[in-house]
Amino acid sequence: MKNNKILVLVVILVYVFLCGPLLIIGATAFNSGNIMSFPPKGFSFRWFAMVFQSETFMTTLGISFQVAVLATLIALIIGIPAAYALSRKNYRGKNIVQNIFISPIIVPGVVLGFAFFRFLIIKLQFGVFLSLLIGHVIIVIPYIIRVIGSSLDNLDFSIEEAAVSLGATKLRAFFLIVLPNITSGVIAAFMLAFINSFNNVPASLFLTGPGVSTLPISMMSYVEYNYDPAISALSVILMAMTVLIMFIIEKTLGLSHFTK
Amino acid sequence: MALIHLKDICVSYDGKSDILKKLNLNIEKGQFVSLLGPSGCGKTTTLRVIAGFIDTRAGEFIFNGSDYTRLAVHKRNFGLVFQSYALFPHLTVFDNVAFGLRMRKTSKEEIKESVEGILEVVDLSAYSKRYPKELSGGQRQRVALARALVIQPDLLLLDEPLSNLDAKLRLKMRVEIKKIQQKMGITTLFVTHDQEECFSVSDMVAVMNKGVVEQYDSPEKIYSRPKTEFVARFIGFENFFSLKKQENGIFLTDSGISIHIDEEETYSDREEVFTGTIRPENIELLPSDSNQTDNVIQGSIEVRTFVGKDYQYSVDTEVGAMIVNSSKERMYHQGDKVKLHLPSNKVLILKSKED
Repeated sequence: MKNNKILVLVVILVYVFLCGPLLIIGATAFNSGNIMSFPPKGFSFRWFAMVFQSETFMTTLGISFQVAVLATLIALIIGIPAAYALSRKNYRGKNIVQNIFISPIIVPGVVLGFAFFRFLIIKLQFGVFLSLLIGHVIIVIPYIIRVIGSSLDNLDFSIEEAAVSLGATKLRAFFLIVLPNITSGVIAAFMLAFINSFNNVPASLFLTGPGVSTLPISMMSYVEYNYDPAISALSVILMAMTVLIMFIIEKTLGLSHFTK
Repeated sequence: MALIHLKDICVSYDGKSDILKKLNLNIEKGQFVSLLGPSGCGKTTTLRVIAGFIDTRAGEFIFNGSDYTRLAVHKRNFGLVFQSYALFPHLTVFDNVAFGLRMRKTSKEEIKESVEGILEVVDLSAYSKRYPKELSGGQRQRVALARALVIQPDLLLLDEPLSNLDAKLRLKMRVEIKKIQQKMGITTLFVTHDQEECFSVSDMVAVMNKGVVEQYDSPEKIYSRPKTEFVARFIGFENFFSLKKQENGIFLTDSGISIHIDEEETYSDREEVFTGTIRPENIELLPSDSNQTDNVIQGSIEVRTFVGKDYQYSVDTEVGAMIVNSSKERMYHQGDKVKLHLPSNKVLILKSKED
């Protein structure tokens, strides 16, 4: 019984620490004053309006969207065949290949970002946007491979063999039989990769530059010089967006796709 | 020439040990042939070699006169029924069955006609709009069969198609399969580990063990005249003893009793020692004071068990333990001295392993 009480207390504390800051941010967003204060002084939507009027935020939001969508699509094009090969084929060194694909999750984001910076921008002299895109593709590939890989592992391989035995080439069998049966995995992978790319800071920090920046980065530099509730308002918008995406996934596919 | 000709097929998964060791098999057009054997004997591997899913390390597969050894799976025109049925979950019954025809670019009208026709054959016309998950096991099985048959395959391959069904349905489905096979006259290869299932429907049975065909005969022949000890054991022979050839038709047991055997067939002239076998139900169990003297082995009852139709005895004899099934009319008890009469027309001589 006593143990149970301590456990409840710990759980409550964890939730307070997890949700508390978010709640405070949420509350400060509705400040009517010029300072990010808590408890909020007055109530207004003016900072939300300001966010939507800010050119910096809107441009970088556009770039973040472009990078996230493009990076995710490219990662899907690379990741689906990779996940297929990892799930279906047996060859020597398969574990090593698998680990290489998953490694961007393990390597610290800052290290990864610095490596991208040295290699893509300094050494290869790629443009800022292209470097950013390549960096994000690499960052989100592990998520794609993990999620789609688990979908493929749960699929009865013999349906593909059946299709081939009925006269389909391997490629047609993949598009007509395998792909339609892993759609939910592909959508889940897309969402997860999108959110990861959209929220990424450590790697983007190295890869953004004059004229090209992502929303999280421009938020960070904004906070360095301003202390008004605009950032809170923007944070609330982003949180709401993420919650909405998660809600859609949960309703359509179930979040179990992420935990498999 | 046979429709299917497998010659010296070798398959190994790891490059070291062979799953199939120089396997040879010929199948005539229109026959229903079964591959029978315990798990791991290579029967499914053989089927998958024929289907084209497994590359052979050596040997060739000739189909209807042309070399199919390296032909791509989708060009083979063989119908396959998987153990798991492997229906396409996202397609309706109609679309599942139509898949093969669509791959062949058949016209829409023809597809409709063929699919409806075959669904009638398997008695599923009412289910064409259902999805696989809305069907029972037996219905899925029939969809899988219809899907394989609708392409008018040159060969039908069945990989343990009945093993996921319950006993009653299994009995019904094997008759169904046989009926359809006869009606369409399609050459069929059936993989199973169930002896009864395979004997009931097959024209020919290939009993496999450790990657080779041990015996390829009609079910009747295999049942009555197994050629190797493995086949004999697999189909219910339980008594094995060594016999030394004396002269034609007369053999000596290790203990020196002479046994007459009607059958002339002995596999090798060089060979002197053979393995003899007899079914438990073919041994005549006699009291020790019986006046039968020919082909008789002495022994004493060790264990008696009741097996429904009759009693089964384990008898300790001069040639080792023998299993005997004997009618309920006379019951023996543990320790009773008995005589085992081995009728000369029931004792079989087996091929030695080296042949």
